Amino acid sequence: MRESTGPTARRMTDLPLSRRVRTAAAVLLAIVVCVPDAFAGGAPDTGAGLAWWIWPLALFAVCFALGIVAVPAGVGGGVLFVPIVGGFFPFHLDFVRGAGLLVALASALAAGPNLLRVGLADLRLALPLAVLASASSIVGALVGLALPSAVVQTALGITILAIVALMASARKSEFPHVAAPDRLSAALAIHGVFHDVARGESVRWQVRRTPLGLVLFTGIGVLAGMFGLGAGWANVPVLNLVMGAPLKVSAGTSSFILSLVDSSAAWVYLNQGAVLAIVAVPSVAGMMLGARIGARLLTVLKASVVRRLVLALLTAAGLRALLKGLGVWV
Amino acid sequence: MNLHERPAVAEEQLRYARVLEWGARLGLAAAVLAFALYIAGILPGRVPLEELPTFWSLPLADYLQRSATPVGWKWIGLAMHGDFASIIGIALLSSVSVACLAAVLPIYARRADRVYAILCVLAIGVLALAASGVLVVGH
Repeated sequence: MRESTGPTARRMTDLPLSRRVRTAAAVLLAIVVCVPDAFAGGAPDTGAGLAWWIWPLALFAVCFALGIVAVPAGVGGGVLFVPIVGGFFPFHLDFVRGAGLLVALASALAAGPNLLRVGLADLRLALPLAVLASASSIVGALVGLALPSAVVQTALGITILAIVALMASARKSEFPHVAAPDRLSAALAIHGVFHDVARGESVRWQVRRTPLGLVLFTGIGVLAGMFGLGAGWANVPVLNLVMGAPLKVSAGTSSFILSLVDSSAAWVYLNQGAVLAIVAVPSVAGMMLGARIGARLLTVLKASVVRRLVLALLTAAGLRALLKGLGVWV
Repeated sequence: MNLHERPAVAEEQLRYARVLEWGARLGLAAAVLAFALYIAGILPGRVPLEELPTFWSLPLADYLQRSATPVGWKWIGLAMHGDFASIIGIALLSSVSVACLAAVLPIYARRADRVYAILCVLAIGVLALAASGVLVVGH
């Protein structure tokens, strides 16, 4: 058997890892773009012409692949899941958004314990922001479920394309300089020390502009609930650039905040009947397994290459959502 | 600003992490186990598996009407069906944060950290409100 895969396999493995990842992602992009056409002749399909088990199996495979690229690209699973599965699978967007919240929630719950133990997620920083964001995510979920599908689909497309622009242009500051904490964060004693393994030292941190952070997190909660997106793409810039938390603390605390925000919104979807086990469970299982592989590949993959690929995937999915919402490409 | 000693992590963070770890494992295991029984046909779904493709592309309102699926907590009465049994694990995953917050509340209370004790109660309240099912949208 080894001989039959010989020359081709050897040539593939001789390629640089970043190029292999690029090839794999191009294949993934091709699969998600072609899924409806390949299986249903391009018609607005329900997937009814196929055996029922093909779709959850395909969902598991795509989510597994998304999980692998999500970790090195520094994005949560939800932001990839909703536009890609909503755009290229036959499931209605209402069920995709419910599953998207659960994908983001499961990833946040899985990462939470370790982040808390090593001090990269900070409870004092997270709690005030999470209370407001979870309350507003309920409002977002209710509004999202009440609006016509085409409106939500169009708004999702615009939001995803805005996220691509934000991710492509946002600066990052590993250790922002916060000369003095604002009065609110000082009163709440929001500060800390975290151990940076890469630098081999501990770093003190404090935050600024807490009232603005609270307002922004309220808006982020609405978007998370409305579109079923994990909101790490917005949480991290607000914590890091607006409030001045170190980048690693921002990423860890963002993940922890998601565990609270997505729980609230997920309950709304669950109680409204918008969670289908056949969509949610394979998605959560695939994404979590893929994320484990992605975390292991973190040290060998070139993050910038994976990030560019994820931006390409998001652009394609955002355009698809926008065109679907506008009735141009149903 | 830089210290060379490894900082101690707050007691409440460690307790929160412990409860979160076990709660998440329990919820995920329950969801996957029930789903396995569901697709294996051991716990048949309320909507037969082979009919699902005619339902999953419907808007939520149409799906609820055509499948006669109840909203709110009425799904719990259907938990003997595979599709709704899987929802139990998902509900556990969505509830684990309440257990974590309840676990750290006594630490804040003991320390007389009133603001964070109140924030914990508020966070539990928000989650309870979301889970209550009293907030509904018209379909």
